[in-house]
Amino acid sequence: MTGPIKDDALLRASGLAKIYGAQIGCFDVGLELWPGEVLAVVGESGSGKTTLLNCLAGELTPTSGVIEYRRGNGPMRNILEMTEAERRTLQRTEWGIVHQNPADGLRMTVSAGANVGERLMAVGARNYGDIRSTALEWLARVEIDTGRIDCRPETFSGGMRQRLQIARTLVTRPRLVFMDEPTGGLDVSVQARVLDTLRGLVAELGLSVILVTHDLGVARLLADRMVVMKDGQIVEDGLTDQILEDPQHAYSQLLVSAILQA
Amino acid sequence: MSASSTAPRHDPAYNFAFLDEQTKRMIRRAILKAIAIPGYQVPFASREMPMPYGWGTGGVQVTAAILGPDDRLKVIDQGADDTTNAVSIREFFRRTAGVETTERTDKATIIQTRHRIPEMALRDDQVLVYQVPIPEPLRFLEPRETETRTMHALKEYGLMHVKLYEDIAMHGHIATTYAYPVKVAGRYITDPSPTPKFDNPKMNRMPALQLFGAGREKRIYAIPPYTDVVSLDFEDHPFTVQKWDQPCDLCGAEDTFLDEMLTDDQGGRLFICSDSDHCNRRQTAGHHGSMTQDAAE
Repeated sequence: MTGPIKDDALLRASGLAKIYGAQIGCFDVGLELWPGEVLAVVGESGSGKTTLLNCLAGELTPTSGVIEYRRGNGPMRNILEMTEAERRTLQRTEWGIVHQNPADGLRMTVSAGANVGERLMAVGARNYGDIRSTALEWLARVEIDTGRIDCRPETFSGGMRQRLQIARTLVTRPRLVFMDEPTGGLDVSVQARVLDTLRGLVAELGLSVILVTHDLGVARLLADRMVVMKDGQIVEDGLTDQILEDPQHAYSQLLVSAILQA
Repeated sequence: MSASSTAPRHDPAYNFAFLDEQTKRMIRRAILKAIAIPGYQVPFASREMPMPYGWGTGGVQVTAAILGPDDRLKVIDQGADDTTNAVSIREFFRRTAGVETTERTDKATIIQTRHRIPEMALRDDQVLVYQVPIPEPLRFLEPRETETRTMHALKEYGLMHVKLYEDIAMHGHIATTYAYPVKVAGRYITDPSPTPKFDNPKMNRMPALQLFGAGREKRIYAIPPYTDVVSLDFEDHPFTVQKWDQPCDLCGAEDTFLDEMLTDDQGGRLFICSDSDHCNRRQTAGHHGSMTQDAAE
């Protein structure tokens, strides 16, 4: 993160708030993401991480605030002022989402190959042979046995489903990926392998990522920079190692000290 | 029956064509909108009809709305004029509208159909009315109506190809044989109703107006005359229609859609044209199939 100090952010949120009736989802959130950067949003359960992510990814409409995104090499534009057609085009071309529960991001009743191919077909791919070879290539990339291409994800284990979801999201080479606890429901050894795959792909494709996690270990492995959330607000932000080694806010200190020492 | 087939009379207990005039106007407005936006599903206030859903309540309402005293009506079910659904709907309009009915495709001004398009090319002074069970081609891929409407509005049709991809992955070819999705006038993906894909090419640039009515689902859509209708496919798996290894056993036709009929318990079977009017007229004109030749000998 030694990029030149100028206004070339990929995504910028300011004054972002999502209020659910009397409940605050997130409030007065401001953050920036630069191209090629992995930003972790950490905090305990209920701190507003997922609400924030869904607002940024265009899945939830915030109560107030501005979210700007730079499409291609164009100027920053407020995604909340885009038409639905523009926003959805963005979501299926330049953006991707990896959900905590793979069933939310996959079509469970169509084959693995069709799951990977869907985004390709959505942007106009109409050659079956090409779609299939791309799907095979991506299954191999995320270490799923290519012989399972015609199996439905219903028959896959949790780790395989998550790998499939990653392949399905990355196949169109998005610039920006939103991840919500991508290793949430997996046991520790599977988690380690999925993280390893993700880390390799993020580096290889030069992805920009906003990663929500409650697991500081995941943040440490993947993220360049992190923000700490509590009660819907960002209480601290900084480089990942900086926050993990020298947390400033009392809540960050609590969070870091809560890591089990190996 | 023979008396009524020569001199139909309108039962005065019913308004002309069963529906009241306000309802017919409402349906005509929906039809006009549907024609103006080819392939777009227009919601309409579908009425209860004196027949169960699934028996053509949508098609009957569309026919009732466009029917005039001078029209000549043909009704087919699976291509045939003599099946239950066809006979009862024809009788329904004879009684409630007193219109003339016919089994001849070329003599009809309105043809209401379930599951087939007549083999004979239709003209621009004819209207083809389809009975539609499920108007939404994306329904089995995306169950939410709010979402499918958005997908149509934004032209997000990648999902339709996911279904065709699945077919090829599972069966080696596109195994969808009926209700094969089409793109109408380069815009809306549309369900041709459960007609066999054999009939899809006939929809393209058809001179006749095509109207689709879905009673239970409360939708009307249309394909205006001479509109481009393209069946979806992949570059390397192009759209093809069904073919049979043999001609019709009754009339010898080699270019028609054939039904398989079991004739006994020993595996005996016949392949005959599903379009009964077309088959009858070919036989009358002297064409023979293997069955009719045997009988003649």
